[in-house]
Amino acid sequence: MIVDRATKYYQTTTGSVHALDNVSLEVHEGEFLCILGPSGCGKTTLLWSMGGLHELSGGEIRLGPEKITKPHPEIAMIFQDANLLPWRNLEANINLPFELKRVRPDRQRIGQLLDRVGLTGFENKFPRELSGGMQQRASIVRSLSVNPSVLLMDEPFGALDAFTRDEMNLLIQEIWMETRKTIAFVTHSITEAIFLADRVVVMSARPGRITSIYDVDIPRPRSVEIQTRPDFIERVLKIKSRIEHGRGPAAGLAIT
Amino acid sequence: MERTAGDQIPEFNRKQAASAGVGISGMTSALALGGHRTKLEVLVIILVAVFIIGGTEFLLTIFKVPQYVLPKPSQIVMALFTEWKFLWPHLLITLYELFVGFAIGGSIGFIMAAVITQFPFVEKVVTPYILLLVTTPMLALVPLLILRFGFGSEPRIIAVALASGPMVMINSATGFRRVDLAKIALARSFGASTLQIFTKIRIPMAMPMIIVGLMVGSIFGLLTTIGAEMVGGAEGLGNRLTYYSALIRMPQFFAIILILAILGISIYVFFFWLGKKWASWEA
Repeated sequence: MIVDRATKYYQTTTGSVHALDNVSLEVHEGEFLCILGPSGCGKTTLLWSMGGLHELSGGEIRLGPEKITKPHPEIAMIFQDANLLPWRNLEANINLPFELKRVRPDRQRIGQLLDRVGLTGFENKFPRELSGGMQQRASIVRSLSVNPSVLLMDEPFGALDAFTRDEMNLLIQEIWMETRKTIAFVTHSITEAIFLADRVVVMSARPGRITSIYDVDIPRPRSVEIQTRPDFIERVLKIKSRIEHGRGPAAGLAIT
Repeated sequence: MERTAGDQIPEFNRKQAASAGVGISGMTSALALGGHRTKLEVLVIILVAVFIIGGTEFLLTIFKVPQYVLPKPSQIVMALFTEWKFLWPHLLITLYELFVGFAIGGSIGFIMAAVITQFPFVEKVVTPYILLLVTTPMLALVPLLILRFGFGSEPRIIAVALASGPMVMINSATGFRRVDLAKIALARSFGASTLQIFTKIRIPMAMPMIIVGLMVGSIFGLLTTIGAEMVGGAEGLGNRLTYYSALIRMPQFFAIILILAILGISIYVFFFWLGKKWASWEA
């Protein structure tokens, strides 16, 4: 998947906001890519554009030879806070993509996925009856059930507590190692980004642009414990100083 | 099963009851009269009813209050049974006017809400006029409508539609306005069409408020039906009210009030049930 000089302006009542400025990026097939940056740096805008949910003001996004201008069946998104429909039980939520495509749900695949994430037996529960982690597992099943080749994840575990978050990070790592889907994962947690990614793309705000890209060559499977290892912390600090350097005191003041 | 669990752990049962009660009515606490009740609460409600009815009967008897001032509850129930054969054709007419008027007004209100909320500019322009329709008693138009459409059911059906439609519309519009962009984006990411977004996301999301609108609209419809029948014509329960009060036949008069009370409660219970069924997800 290729992002080629993507530029995006939003029109608001107070003028236009420059959300993305000439962002160019290649997401390799089968890669786990994390997009990291402070809030308001346009990372969500970039991801939504990659999912065909936002139109760009300039530049283009391609999946193989195809230009992405609207949602593509090979691309599935996972949103913040799971984004389950509260009026549907778990099974009906997972059936939604099939319903929208007017095809029969792939029972076997859904069953396997539910089993994989440990949600078998919860099919009749409503979202409000499930914990945040379980809701996000269900939304992962919903997105994987249509067997996309690219998974775009928008701060999916941002609202979860630290323990659940570790658990979900391990789960998504395992799923990625089993399926080798291409994953672009947006986060504002440096630790999460380094833990999960093959490559970390760091973005800065106003206008949103890529400041640096880091390779993470820590062998997999990575355990939660590696987050406390000196070389891991060194990586975190390096990216952290890079982000803070990019903001600076003046930039901090400008954001009001 | 559920009941035995509730008996053992009352707190738990209470908590569930509270959340279930909020279900459809979280938005309009005035409508939140329903909900689960414990056996004790039901018992007390029945006891209060027995006390009030029995007390009224007793007081009216010992103070020898004449029937034309206030009839005894027993006389009202008797009148209901003896007059039923004269009353039920009028009940049918009232129901017919209410149902047709509400169906017309409600569906127009619902469609307008769905369409108008898609265009913020149109919505801003139209809202004050809808508010005018909501706040003006449509009963005031009935004499005019009678001049134009005669003493049949038509003027009343129109009045009911005019009274209930804006209620349905204004509440449904509130529901449709609560758009959750993330949920719409979700549907779009799976390739949903505009129509699918409407049927699978927007309508279910607006459903709690749509049901409140239907409930309030139908109760307003009932008010208007009875009022319009009292203004003119020779049929319907509203007309019977004026008829019996003119003849000072108070037991029959109160028997009709009883029928109307049951009708109103039935409408409420029906929409409450509908809310439980379709909109209980909203906590």
